[in-house]
Amino acid sequence: MSLLRSSHVQHGIKLTSMGLILACSSQVHASAEFEASGKVTAELRLFSENPQYADQYQDANLSIAVEPDFFWQWNDALDSLSFKPFFRLDQHDNERTHADIRELSWVHQGDDWELRSGIRKVFWGVTEFQHLVDVINQSDGIEDIDGEDKLGQPMINLSLVKSWGIVDLYLLPGFREQTFPGKKGRLRSSLVVDTDQAQFEAGNEAMHTDLAIRWSQSVGDFDLGAHWFRGTNRDPILEMGMKGSEMVLVPYYEQMNQVGFDLQATIESWLWKAETIWRNSESDTYWAAQAGFEYTFYGIQESYADLGVLLEYGWDQRGKKTKAIFQNDISVGARLALNDTASTELLAGVIYDVDYGSTSLQLEASRRLGDKWKITLDGRFFSADDSADMMSSMDKDDHIQIGVERYF
Amino acid sequence: MKLCPKPLTCILSALLLGSASFTFAETAEEKGLAIAQQTKESDKGWGDMEAQMTMVLRNGQGQESIREIRLKSLEQEADGDKSLSIFDKPLDVKGTAFLSFSHPVGADDQWLYLPALKRVKRIASRNKSGPFMGSEFAYEDLTSFEIEKYTYKYLRDEPCGTEQCYVVEQYPVDEFSGYTRRVTWIDQSENRLHKIDFFDRKDAPLKTLTYADYQQYEGKHWRPDLMKMVNHQTNKNTDLIWTNYQFKSGLSDADFNKNSLKRAQ
Repeated sequence: MSLLRSSHVQHGIKLTSMGLILACSSQVHASAEFEASGKVTAELRLFSENPQYADQYQDANLSIAVEPDFFWQWNDALDSLSFKPFFRLDQHDNERTHADIRELSWVHQGDDWELRSGIRKVFWGVTEFQHLVDVINQSDGIEDIDGEDKLGQPMINLSLVKSWGIVDLYLLPGFREQTFPGKKGRLRSSLVVDTDQAQFEAGNEAMHTDLAIRWSQSVGDFDLGAHWFRGTNRDPILEMGMKGSEMVLVPYYEQMNQVGFDLQATIESWLWKAETIWRNSESDTYWAAQAGFEYTFYGIQESYADLGVLLEYGWDQRGKKTKAIFQNDISVGARLALNDTASTELLAGVIYDVDYGSTSLQLEASRRLGDKWKITLDGRFFSADDSADMMSSMDKDDHIQIGVERYF
Repeated sequence: MKLCPKPLTCILSALLLGSASFTFAETAEEKGLAIAQQTKESDKGWGDMEAQMTMVLRNGQGQESIREIRLKSLEQEADGDKSLSIFDKPLDVKGTAFLSFSHPVGADDQWLYLPALKRVKRIASRNKSGPFMGSEFAYEDLTSFEIEKYTYKYLRDEPCGTEQCYVVEQYPVDEFSGYTRRVTWIDQSENRLHKIDFFDRKDAPLKTLTYADYQQYEGKHWRPDLMKMVNHQTNKNTDLIWTNYQFKSGLSDADFNKNSLKRAQ
């Protein structure tokens, strides 16, 4: 970095030394740095109850995921390329055995701009239990039910750094369909989603090019964001259909316009968070919001441990008409970080649906073993008796998951 | 107000300047503050800096754990420094990056980048006293030194190795600091920190930090190659080894924003 920058600065120096500097610089250009890393994860899910639907597997499921990460950088680190494929092998669910390119992208850095091209992942938003404004990438729904796993999205993203904020312009050629568990999989809807029959509003179907723009800025204690998105709705409408003589759900992807805002105020031990969207499509026009706070008790009981307490409320204008999980839901959570050498952490969250009276409990614990290993323990417990509630289909899917991660 | 190592020089400069700003009648508090100001002043103008940090964490049984971090920082004229830390080890946090805008008065602005989620999170900077990555260094031990963060009291002069040191007590202004006070040893020839004794909230001895192997950069700026932190209450210790110091490599504000945080690799 130093050589190139200084060659810009020293315009006035003599030709001979200029030549020398250029020669040095070009050597830097030529020497691309390469780095390979990644992780392998093995996970075992243990279910406490027999499945709700025929064909679903019984008590236990073993699965292995591999996620290597290749990274090159050259031109004095102004250019970089990253490649991150993903593979999962699942014991029972053929749909969950899948591969994806999470990232294959080239980034070029200018003075106050950056051009990011290729398959990438983008995160927008501030809240913890639901990510309303996070609209760029499709959810990899068979990985987990929390919507945190995403499929790589092809894009050209120009990012401009201005004194009044960062502006990101996105051109998104091509659409990724949401993934769903297969017939044998647990944690699914009563009817299997047949992704092979997916329907689209757009004439060019999954080849539709979407557009998005986002502005974000930090002003004192506040972090603000606003966006507009126009393109294929990542959340499909699931319609009844047939596969042979069998009833299935068929995803239908509409076109939509979305405007959204997100805000976080960071004041001493408080994080105040809010996200809201306005979404317009052929079938519906509505507002939705997720808002709440996180308060952290630092160094509890004279120890080094921190305890964070979270409370969020999710609202959707469509109310009970919607298939969305967070239409009228209160979420309460606790995050315990021991801040020890092994980075031991525990996260617990309860989501209570006010309309249906259902609850789901999520537990996530992790701890490093040595320098390259990590063990995780997760638990998901559901209590949903109202058959109109989307969650009722997972009522018998209480499980714990033991994970072992090896980093390299 | 300038402080001089040799009384004769002081008298001469006082005569030359014709000012009474420096007097021998100053209080211990004034002298403590003057030493802090001189320390800050003598290191001014470093501009920007890059370095590699390796932390070796040892528990009471001698088991070791390694942390590797790359650090970039940028001096600010009228504010606290900006810094960007990129974590390389342990491997499960590889690519995690931390951006901090420190302020002499009030809370620092801090953001964390989590590469697995591609998420930038604004975090509360209230957690000054917590351990940095499980080490014996607290966050507040690693943030930039700003005059306004402490009040001062000069205690005495004392030899420190081959040097002569000022011993100055520092009292954190921030109510969230993990310390009641720090006792610092600063050499009189080059204003380098040699040792800090930390006292916990109950004023019991907590930790000792010693600085070793100072090198001079750009003919002015002294930086240690090694900082050793020992916790007297737990017998744990952490060595912080600095390598590849680079000054004035041309970093600017553009290298310290949310975009640079995301591109940290």
